[in-house]
Amino acid sequence: MASLAATFGRGAMTNHWKDIKNADVILVMGANPAENHPCGFKWALEARDNRGAKLLTIDPRFTRTSAVADRHLQIRPGSDIAVLGGLIRYALENDLHHSDYVQAHTNASFVVGEDYGFSDGLFAGFDEAASNYDKTAWDYERGSDGYVRRDDSLEHPRSVFQLLKQHYDRYTPEVVADISGCSQEDFLMMADIICSTGRADKVGTIMYAVGWTMHTVGTQIIRTAAILQLLLGNIGRPGGGINALRGHANVQGATDHAIVAGILPGYLKVPTPEQTSFDRHLADSTPRPLVPETSNYWGNYPKFYVSQMKAWFGDHATPDNDFAYDYLAKQDGDATWLSIWDKARQGTIEGFVALGFNPLLAGPDVPRLLESMSKLKWKVVIDPFMLDSAEFWKAPGMDPSNIDTEVLYLPSSHWIERDGSFTNSGRWAQWKEKAIDPPIGVKPDTWILSELFWRVKELYQEEGGAYNDPIQHLAWDYLNPREPTMGELAKEINGYDLETNQLLDSFGSLRDDGTTSAGNWIYTGSYTEAGNQMKRRGTDDPTGLGMHHDWAFSWPANRRVLYNRASADAEGRPWDQTRAGIAWNGREWIGDVPDYGRNTPPAPGAPGAFIMTEEGVARLFSSHLADGPLSEHYEPVESPTRNLLHEDVPINPVIQWYDGVRETLADGYDEFPYACTVYRVVEREHFVTSNVPLLVESMPDFFVELPEGLAEEKGILNGSQVRVWSKRGEVQGTAIVTKRIKPLQVDGRVVWTVGIPVHWGFVGLTQGSMANLLTPYVGDANTNCPEFKAFLVNVEQA
Amino acid sequence: MDISRRTFIKTSVAGGVAVSALGFDLREARAAVRQLKIQNAKEYRTVCPYCAVGCGTIAYVHGSGGLNTKNTIIHVEGDPDSPINGGTLCPKGASQMELAISPRLRHQPLFREAGASDWKEVDWDFAMDWFARKFKESRDASFVERDSSDRVVNRCDGIAWVGSATVANEDAYLITKTMRAMGLVYIDHQARI
Repeated sequence: MASLAATFGRGAMTNHWKDIKNADVILVMGANPAENHPCGFKWALEARDNRGAKLLTIDPRFTRTSAVADRHLQIRPGSDIAVLGGLIRYALENDLHHSDYVQAHTNASFVVGEDYGFSDGLFAGFDEAASNYDKTAWDYERGSDGYVRRDDSLEHPRSVFQLLKQHYDRYTPEVVADISGCSQEDFLMMADIICSTGRADKVGTIMYAVGWTMHTVGTQIIRTAAILQLLLGNIGRPGGGINALRGHANVQGATDHAIVAGILPGYLKVPTPEQTSFDRHLADSTPRPLVPETSNYWGNYPKFYVSQMKAWFGDHATPDNDFAYDYLAKQDGDATWLSIWDKARQGTIEGFVALGFNPLLAGPDVPRLLESMSKLKWKVVIDPFMLDSAEFWKAPGMDPSNIDTEVLYLPSSHWIERDGSFTNSGRWAQWKEKAIDPPIGVKPDTWILSELFWRVKELYQEEGGAYNDPIQHLAWDYLNPREPTMGELAKEINGYDLETNQLLDSFGSLRDDGTTSAGNWIYTGSYTEAGNQMKRRGTDDPTGLGMHHDWAFSWPANRRVLYNRASADAEGRPWDQTRAGIAWNGREWIGDVPDYGRNTPPAPGAPGAFIMTEEGVARLFSSHLADGPLSEHYEPVESPTRNLLHEDVPINPVIQWYDGVRETLADGYDEFPYACTVYRVVEREHFVTSNVPLLVESMPDFFVELPEGLAEEKGILNGSQVRVWSKRGEVQGTAIVTKRIKPLQVDGRVVWTVGIPVHWGFVGLTQGSMANLLTPYVGDANTNCPEFKAFLVNVEQA
Repeated sequence: MDISRRTFIKTSVAGGVAVSALGFDLREARAAVRQLKIQNAKEYRTVCPYCAVGCGTIAYVHGSGGLNTKNTIIHVEGDPDSPINGGTLCPKGASQMELAISPRLRHQPLFREAGASDWKEVDWDFAMDWFARKFKESRDASFVERDSSDRVVNRCDGIAWVGSATVANEDAYLITKTMRAMGLVYIDHQARI
């Protein structure tokens, strides 16, 4: 989601499930919703059947989504940026972009400073020794008034529009075909359909998932798609957007509430050691406007932060102690998954807690992970089911007598034994009722967490120890302090006016003086004096567009389509009357909850449509990412080809390298000639379904998907046992020989792709190889999300 | 003759059952229909636990809720009112009752000692005491109040917490609030992997 925030100002699915029915063109890429999100995918079929929408898939495999699509384009794993870059070029070259939209709602006219440049695979500002970029080289040029210089003609050679054109000019259909392995004709046919939405009366949407995020260039793949959608005028509009399809029930909510390295609830920032004062943290975190006409809503950062500290530390967060600024740890460097296990490997991290999570099966390079895990002093696993992670000392090949890690397994209740809310991909927070009590012997997560908190707090009271003021002073005003209710927590998240003790209706009421609280500002409005808005079950749909404002609560402010001001032109007239997101009626904006001042007229000089950016518009060019203001095609760290654009910079130059990882990667592609990718199947959801007899019965065994031609070449028969190995590990399973993967011509040679499902381990009802025995320990340059989706293997008959 | 199934049923019922035409009497069949199993069940509106589409579901439960009774889920189906799924469910969602009542659900805290080749059963009190003790030990041992540049960082470097994308928002929030107050920075969940 880093890339969507860098482009639009917020990192979330822009539209929502039912809105997909409003699209004219649906591109599914890096996702397979027919298999992995079937009931949401229904809205794509609805668009196809009722509007005549075109449904397209671009994927390394002919998936179950492809099976119902109008067209499918097979590409090599890891070549997405080349293909999307080619689409950008196609739109610009053929003048298919929505020029009024681009003019009104993007930074196309912004002039970039003279330091910017790009050559041979590197952007300006590259520091070879540090393997990072000095991003000031990508700054805009400022005028004498201090604001960014703009050229509305878009002809300035350093205008974003011209730089964009120039940058993607290299992505010709020939280059796209050479890198990705598709044919030029097929690509052009696809490009023609996708770019047909660059008009006011057409809208296209993109559905993606971890098929995009799980690459060393994952963030920039999404950036490329975001740029394309902006050029086509498809963001902020019903039927448009970039829609991230999340894979667990509450991935969105757990992210919003920041069980995430580097952020606090509501996408506030974890302070760093350089921010030695509260003022410095606020100054670094609160953007200043780059143009006069921007709402620059993140300018309210201090209100959100102070209100959060009031929710957390109550009376102990005061102006005098900088609202408990010292209470929060200052994070130094990366703290994400790969770094966590690297620290465990080094022995720095000695204790590890996994709640509702099966780390051993989830992370890349299982052999390395097992080594790291075995170095922990202690580990606690909290889950309704026994997990492979809890029994890692029993994993195949492990000798328990050599592993000194103490392990505690705690059986916790699951979703149906607890109330509370889940936030779906489309940002709808829906309350779920508790149906049954947990069985005797099983405890809810809330109880376990509270009990841990109290026992630790009491130990510190009795014995003293490291700085524990934040623990002693943590606000815990729950009726039963040993088990807060979900309602109490939901109210705390929503927040109060502390002067009247009334629940707040809107984050617009938050203040930075300590007189308001809000555990998570983007959820303010979800539980008001009028009641729990997440419980609402009204089915009215007055817009006819499937917005359903009376059903549950959609953050922020019950808004259903983000950036919806961009669904109308500069004068406030919807680009398409039949699919108006919001419209100005002379007094106010009507339709969806406006992502804009409800009564702010669309006069010249009015704030831009993208209220969360300091530019007021969306960023075609963005200096917010680590690896470039525009995207560039880099090969996966293990690739079956050289980089055809710049052989000397084959891979993303700014990814983080952990100790010993380079040695675990294939050297060239002779030994490991086949591209490999991993995926889910509809009958399973990651690992939990290995406890559901019906589902295990319908998809019992680990398998390896092999293309027909490769199987023939290797003498492997459908149904026989095959061995697949990478430089890191090997798996063995039943060969499923399919026509779903074709051979690709890449740089003059044939490249085959092999598919591996992820669902097996050694603890479930049936056992099978762990897919992650094969995957590499490298991550994206921005998110550090591992490169699960493109690596190299070899295959033989077992 | 063009006659739809619906018209056929309507005609049959309205016509007081045409025994002669059908050759059998529908009244008998009707009398033999059992009551639906869910007829007297309590309905709870919940949300599917699998992917993030957020399909509305209805859990049907038998039981009085009394202390000496056990509430039992007898059926789970899609919620027809949900604007998202309109009552439909996928193979996983449709079988979620099997997840809810899986015989593989655990009821007992377990502890594995260093070097041991098997679990031993422990009670909750032991488990939570041990958990809190280990947490404090590692926190104390790894806590950094000031870094090498003498800047206040107040950070616990020795403990990591992961998960979860499967818990409710309210629990997710409480996890973050509590672990940040403990000084942890190594916090992550399934969004990344």
